[in-house]
Amino acid sequence: MDWRRFAIIALVIVIMFGTVVLVGISQNSPLVIITSMLATTIAVATPLTLGALSGLYCERSGVVNIGIEGMMLGAAFFGWLASIYMNTVFHRAPMASLIVGVLVAILTGSLFALLHAALSITFKVDQIIGGTVINILATGITGFLNRQMFFGAGSVFRGQVPHSPGVLPRIHIPLLADIPIVGRIFEQQPITLAALALVVITHFVIFYTRWGLRTRAVGEHPRAADTVGINVTFMRYANVLIGGCMAGLGGAYLTLESISSFEPLMTNGRGFIALAAMIFGNWTPFGAWAAALVFGAAQALQINLQFYRELIPPNLAFLQNSYVVGLAPYILTMLILTGLIGRTIPPAADGKPYEK
Amino acid sequence: MADNNIVLEAVNISKHFPGVLANDQVNFDLRKGEIHAMLGENGAGKTTLMNVLYGLYLPDAGEIRVDGKVAAIHSPKDSITLGIGMVHQHFMLIPVFTVAENVMLGEETVRNGMLDRKTVVARVKDLSHKYGLDVDPTALVGQLPVGLQQRVEIVKTLYRDAQILILDEPTAVLTPQEADDLFRIMRELTKRGVSIIFITHKLKEVLAVADRITVMRAGKVVGTVKPTETDERQLASMMVGREVILTVDKGPAKPGEEILKVEGLRVRDARGLETVRGVSFSVHAGEMLGVAGVQGNGQTELVEALTGLRPVAGGKMYFTGKDMTGKPPRPITETGMAHIPEDRQRYGLVMPYVVADNMVLNTYYRTPFAQLGILQPKAIDANARKLIEEFDVRTPSPYVSTSKLSGGNQQKVIVARELSHPVKLVIANQPTRGLDVGSIEYIHKEIVIMRDRGVAVLVVSAELDEIMALSDRIAVMYRGEIVATVDAKKVTREQLGLWMAGAHPEQ
Repeated sequence: MDWRRFAIIALVIVIMFGTVVLVGISQNSPLVIITSMLATTIAVATPLTLGALSGLYCERSGVVNIGIEGMMLGAAFFGWLASIYMNTVFHRAPMASLIVGVLVAILTGSLFALLHAALSITFKVDQIIGGTVINILATGITGFLNRQMFFGAGSVFRGQVPHSPGVLPRIHIPLLADIPIVGRIFEQQPITLAALALVVITHFVIFYTRWGLRTRAVGEHPRAADTVGINVTFMRYANVLIGGCMAGLGGAYLTLESISSFEPLMTNGRGFIALAAMIFGNWTPFGAWAAALVFGAAQALQINLQFYRELIPPNLAFLQNSYVVGLAPYILTMLILTGLIGRTIPPAADGKPYEK
Repeated sequence: MADNNIVLEAVNISKHFPGVLANDQVNFDLRKGEIHAMLGENGAGKTTLMNVLYGLYLPDAGEIRVDGKVAAIHSPKDSITLGIGMVHQHFMLIPVFTVAENVMLGEETVRNGMLDRKTVVARVKDLSHKYGLDVDPTALVGQLPVGLQQRVEIVKTLYRDAQILILDEPTAVLTPQEADDLFRIMRELTKRGVSIIFITHKLKEVLAVADRITVMRAGKVVGTVKPTETDERQLASMMVGREVILTVDKGPAKPGEEILKVEGLRVRDARGLETVRGVSFSVHAGEMLGVAGVQGNGQTELVEALTGLRPVAGGKMYFTGKDMTGKPPRPITETGMAHIPEDRQRYGLVMPYVVADNMVLNTYYRTPFAQLGILQPKAIDANARKLIEEFDVRTPSPYVSTSKLSGGNQQKVIVARELSHPVKLVIANQPTRGLDVGSIEYIHKEIVIMRDRGVAVLVVSAELDEIMALSDRIAVMYRGEIVATVDAKKVTREQLGLWMAGAHPEQ
């Protein structure tokens, strides 16, 4: 990750934050606005960060994963479903139900990943097709089961969406969260905090451990790895499964941490935006996270501008339309994928099945 | 019969692949501290045997003994444990890793869960000093020249305490100087008790460096000889199974009119650097001009510019008297230029295409192969059958994917295609690289026939022997310039070697 890339990211974030500060300055101090923007940015970037880490583990080991979207969607649904079952059918406490939900979400992500691994590593199916299969499968299963369980008189819950156990609570980090005003940034929910930790852990794993060296080796030149006794198939399976867990946790964010409900297609392209973030971050954890923050900032811009709707000057009236602002992340994705912002270099064997 | 000097022994090894018996009851042994050369044409089964010894393939029958004991080698891991190291023909290095990272991969030193790069760097330095294998452990492998990358491969095996070293065609990618350096290192290693299996199909090298030579042909061992008891001719006929003419048989040139004239040509490479810096020469009908030079001195860009594949940055090129500077390939080809490219698989052929289609790649759009824009399978078929017959291309049918053919036969497909239309100039860039003796003999013969028919020929090669054997005149390229143009009969190998290395000719 070069400094130019970080400079571009910093610039884009400054512009977005600046817009909100300029609009809201008559109502709140810049520090309050920036704090609020930062807190939102970090939170809403969570599924993107986790999605990007998911792609990173897969692609560093040489398996392209465009199924992150589907993995997250599936995990969001089954995690949510599990928490509802625990809460309303088995009468467990909301917190316990939510934790089970998160675990089920991670399990769901890894099961989808297992399918992807089997298709692309063992059966050497084109990996783009494998990923597409997962996206379509997840859309179909979640849409179908959602309808079967919650809608119509004949459904499991007889047309009534049951009471959900709520969302994961904010964690108050002592000291950090006690700082006046700015402390808010550190008062986040557990999956958001986990995502931040995972960025650091992934960086360490990929670049400083034996596991990381071997993972990168099978992603760059699997035959070379094979000749020094590394099991290419095992390394790829394991990393795709780890990737699946990351995507699963990202899915859990959507229905167990952000809001407490499920809607069909609720991932809304986040899996693909996460991939774009990973590419823009040049397949590095910190780079991917920084890029995810840009998308998070775009979303934070959309959310925060709502607070100051009436303050938007008439000559900037287009900013009042949240759809216009909401387009920002998708336009950014396209710009990144067209390679306009500098070239990135994928792992050399990315997407290529290994033939002995 | 137990010879306690024998460190590695292959007994009755057989290995089948679908449709091929790659190793047929092969016996082979390696003594401690010797360089044992394994000689054979492409496809003779040398690499298969080595892959069996290294654990990449499991043999169908036979056994391997290490230090007299039967060894179960099921994977490279087993062979590494037994002290066998292999340097593959295509390097098994990761370009984006450092030398140290490449060396430690699979045998990582870990401290507190973290890779211990410092210790590895120190050990690599140690090994390089001990064996005279100078290499910077912190350099990125992708930025090292090929010769150094090969050293990294050797260090990799020594790092694993290899006592038996398998070198698979190690000189194929090296310049003559780098090859000499490799031979020095090999001798250094054997002095320290390492035993080396040296796979090659270059006869001169084998005679120069080996203690014993085993020749393989068609999956079988033909025999084992000592270099003092044999010569190139005998080895070549053992390899090919018949008498081979090693010297190119050609009469004196009868130069005619000037076909190609190049004046002050300048060309930039892909990175924008000027790698051809004001080159002038001419080639006449019925004459063969050889361009000698260590690879990477601008030959590639020169040929690409002449054939219209790369833009010209300055200077002129006249072909049959017409100014064709910067023209695209099609008008140049249609004027009568044949091009046998350097990288046959990337630029000479569409590998997944069938042989018949590859044979009309330069003429498919013309009658009789296309009419009103529609391909004529009958004409293409007739053309393919005729050329396969004429150029002795060994293929089961005109309709197999070209990627299935051996290197020599792939080259024959290109030669057949390029020489089958009316030609005034043949540009052959590394025409025999990686080919076996039999194919080299054939390709050389075809090129000489073209010359004798009054075609102008430009041969570019990094093999000094090839240049000396074929050319009537020799131009030496060094750093993008032609430093000397001489009559081939009036120059020695040594003199050319000096010029290629940058010594200034005194004229």
